Amino acid sequence: MALLTSQEAERILQKTLSFSKADEMQAQLFGNRQAYNRFGVNSASTSGDGENITLVINSHFGQKGGVATTNTLDDAGLERVVRAAEEIARLRPDNPEQMPFLGKQAFQDNPAAYDEATYNAGAETRTSGIGATIDGAKPKNLVAAGIYDNSGGFQAMANTKGLFGYSRQSLASYTTTVRTADGTGSGWASAMSHRISSIDAKAVGARAIDKAVLSQNPVAIEPGNYTVILEPNAVGDLVSFMFNFFDARQADEGRSFLSKRGGGNRAGEKFFGEQVNLYTDPYDPRLPGQPFDGDGLPNTKYDFVRSGVIKQLNYSRYWAKKQNVEVNPGPANLIMDGGNASIDDMIKSTERGVLVTRLWYIRLVDPQTVLLTGLTRDGTFLIEGGKIKSAIKNFRFNETPVKMLNNIDAMSPVVRITGSERVGEGFPILAPALKVRDFAFTSLSDAV
Amino acid sequence: MRDLASVALNVAKQQGASYADIRISRHLNNFVFTRENRVQNVTNTESYGFGVRVLVNGAWGFAASSTLDRPEVERVTARAVALAKATRTIQRSPIKLVPVESYPSARYDTPVKQDPFTVSLSQKADYLLKVNAEAMKVKGAPGPIFVNSLMFFTKEEKYFASTEGSEIEQTLIRSWPTFTVTSVNPQTGRFEQRTSLGTPAGKGYEVVEEYDLLGEAPRAAEQAIQKHTAKPVEPGRRDLVLHPTNLWLTIHESIGHPTELDRVLGYEANYAGTSFATRERLNNKAKPYGSKFINIKADKTQMGGLATCGWDDDGVKTTEWDIIREGILVGYQTIRDNAWVIGLNRSNGACYADSWHDIAFQRMPNVSLQPAAGSERISADDLIADVKDGVYIEGDGSFSIDMQRYNFQFGGQVFWEIKNGKKTGLLRNVAYQSRTPDFWAACDGVGSREFYRLGGSYFDGKGEPGQINAVSHGCSFARFRNINIINTGRRI
Repeated sequence: MALLTSQEAERILQKTLSFSKADEMQAQLFGNRQAYNRFGVNSASTSGDGENITLVINSHFGQKGGVATTNTLDDAGLERVVRAAEEIARLRPDNPEQMPFLGKQAFQDNPAAYDEATYNAGAETRTSGIGATIDGAKPKNLVAAGIYDNSGGFQAMANTKGLFGYSRQSLASYTTTVRTADGTGSGWASAMSHRISSIDAKAVGARAIDKAVLSQNPVAIEPGNYTVILEPNAVGDLVSFMFNFFDARQADEGRSFLSKRGGGNRAGEKFFGEQVNLYTDPYDPRLPGQPFDGDGLPNTKYDFVRSGVIKQLNYSRYWAKKQNVEVNPGPANLIMDGGNASIDDMIKSTERGVLVTRLWYIRLVDPQTVLLTGLTRDGTFLIEGGKIKSAIKNFRFNETPVKMLNNIDAMSPVVRITGSERVGEGFPILAPALKVRDFAFTSLSDAV
Repeated sequence: MRDLASVALNVAKQQGASYADIRISRHLNNFVFTRENRVQNVTNTESYGFGVRVLVNGAWGFAASSTLDRPEVERVTARAVALAKATRTIQRSPIKLVPVESYPSARYDTPVKQDPFTVSLSQKADYLLKVNAEAMKVKGAPGPIFVNSLMFFTKEEKYFASTEGSEIEQTLIRSWPTFTVTSVNPQTGRFEQRTSLGTPAGKGYEVVEEYDLLGEAPRAAEQAIQKHTAKPVEPGRRDLVLHPTNLWLTIHESIGHPTELDRVLGYEANYAGTSFATRERLNNKAKPYGSKFINIKADKTQMGGLATCGWDDDGVKTTEWDIIREGILVGYQTIRDNAWVIGLNRSNGACYADSWHDIAFQRMPNVSLQPAAGSERISADDLIADVKDGVYIEGDGSFSIDMQRYNFQFGGQVFWEIKNGKKTGLLRNVAYQSRTPDFWAACDGVGSREFYRLGGSYFDGKGEPGQINAVSHGCSFARFRNINIINTGRRI
């Protein structure tokens, strides 16, 4: 039920449009089914299998607009939600920033984004992967927790100006944290892909187990500025956090780290190290994205940062028109180019530094500089003389990704990240591991 | 609904479930967003569906759907049972439930003076535009002033039935008006922000009338402007006096989460983490949580609390209980599938699901620091009077804490320097960083009941797949000695 075909979705959308009394109306339909098995303390905890379809109506009367959503899709439900959006639009004041809906667009299909086997995978696939982790952990006196989930769905949109789009997507992920029974060690590993066949759950579990064993009995070293090797999930979390503040309007209004003193934004300036390229490409087979965005613009490949220079900020349709620039669609995903160094290469080339598996509870401290704070977690190690010397206690950092991206010494090939707070679930991200100079750890944590 | 619930519970039992429940719920949201002199967005959302939870051979299974008819209820219930059965291979420790009373015909409604869903859009939008105008009237800004404001209302209409013989209907309403003022200085390239000190509450539209956003808006704009020339804080160890609008979040992160029993036992290890507040600390005077001034209650019945309801999503009648008494950990938050682990035969009712399509699991009740006992009036000024060198903080800001809830760092909205017992001028770039047991041990003064108020969040995230929970935390003022203050200013 949650995975309607293009024809089924179009039928519902056209029926919805037929109820419109507005000057123009746009309707979006989202359907999804997600199934999962969760575990903790080496045993199953909860499991779920849920499906939902949501219809979003946006009605315009002149410069007035209203949005209403429902998941009741019988004819009465469709008409009710259309009337609800129209009532909002009629009662509200004009919005001078409201843009008319787009007319018919050409969207390039992206069939790679949807994998039938991922949508249909059952509990046996998930419990088999989880069982391998538990069976690997228990004999070593380790305790495992985690989640294995798979999902699939569609999005469709149509409006009274002739636009129609439909696409499908799927996703699977497995993450596990393995801790020593005495609570002195903890390791984490993850895999995320739009194809469940790419998830090697046994290998993910084995990585977490190895990290848990290696991270036991950490020693405290002084906080300070260190050379760090950040694994891809740590890099992806920091870079995607910074990317939240790539909004052009915020920058032009003077309230962003990308604002220019005296007015305007810093697009065109060299902001990061020469190695830094950030771009989006919905048709990259490693993390295929949606072919259209929420406004109905076709998603495309384009640069945000090329050779350290800011090439593009995110424009809403209104702000692009006001500033007389071309609007950028999406983006559908975020890709940071990597390099050829392996993490082992990075360790070998490091005289003294810290290896970080992942970061946790990353939050914005100061928007002026995108100063972020957070903690290392689940595998933090001291490197001396080109080797891992010991597990160390976790640190809190206070650092800005802007500085980090100016201090890169080495980059690994990229991987698709999950992210500590699952940022990669809603927004696909590819990131490399980085070796970075002068990363600021400001206090010690007793947490394991 | 009753007939469909019976279908689900009967199918579950026929297919081998030792326990089953069904939640049928409708979730309504209303948002009004404005900036400066215009209404940007108005959205009403509605989501309706049901979820069936079953316990089969000691394994949980859950399935949900937005189509509510008899064949779908049968199909979804069978799917939940099949999932529980398929989970058996990794159910190395069977799930067990503590007993619960039966409530065959129960009802709870959030007490509201005015249902926010009956208030006109124009009334809401006009009020927010007035708030914006009040902020923008303020003189002396070095450049543009921006104001973003919003109202956000939620309503959950929930029907719960279980094989324990309960049928419970509840309507839960929550309301939140707020704004943020930004002042830009084009010459320096700096911008400063000040967010409202108002808070969401488990109340109706009266929240808007009880909290004076109109009066606060110009003060907030003035403070955003003053921050441009405020003195950067000198880092180092100082005394702290915290306003309830700041302290609620510290309570939430450093006491609310670590005393969730599922975290203590290890079930959240992969995401939110575990807890330093292990069972060896329970009733252990040798390992106190804080000073004798720290008395913490959990309460899912508190008037105005965001987590307040009549029954939790295990069908347990809500209650209040002690978490910390005079600095000693004396209790945890529990649900039916974990209370037995610590020897209890009753859950204290902390189970919640944020929608019909998510499984219920352990979520935080309102957790609050009790004000000073006795009749003495203790104000912020009284606490500040005994501080030679310190910082007084209003409002919540940046927040981050580790996965066992030891090391935290919090910001705020307005920072005042304290010198020789008096507030002097504003400071900027301030955050405080500490270790939970050290921080609460450093508390040597708590304000009195007159100054007790609730703060809270609509969006407390936990679990995989992620769910949100709305929760309040009450407190009066409090003073903490010798806390690490850091300067967050940087150059890029």
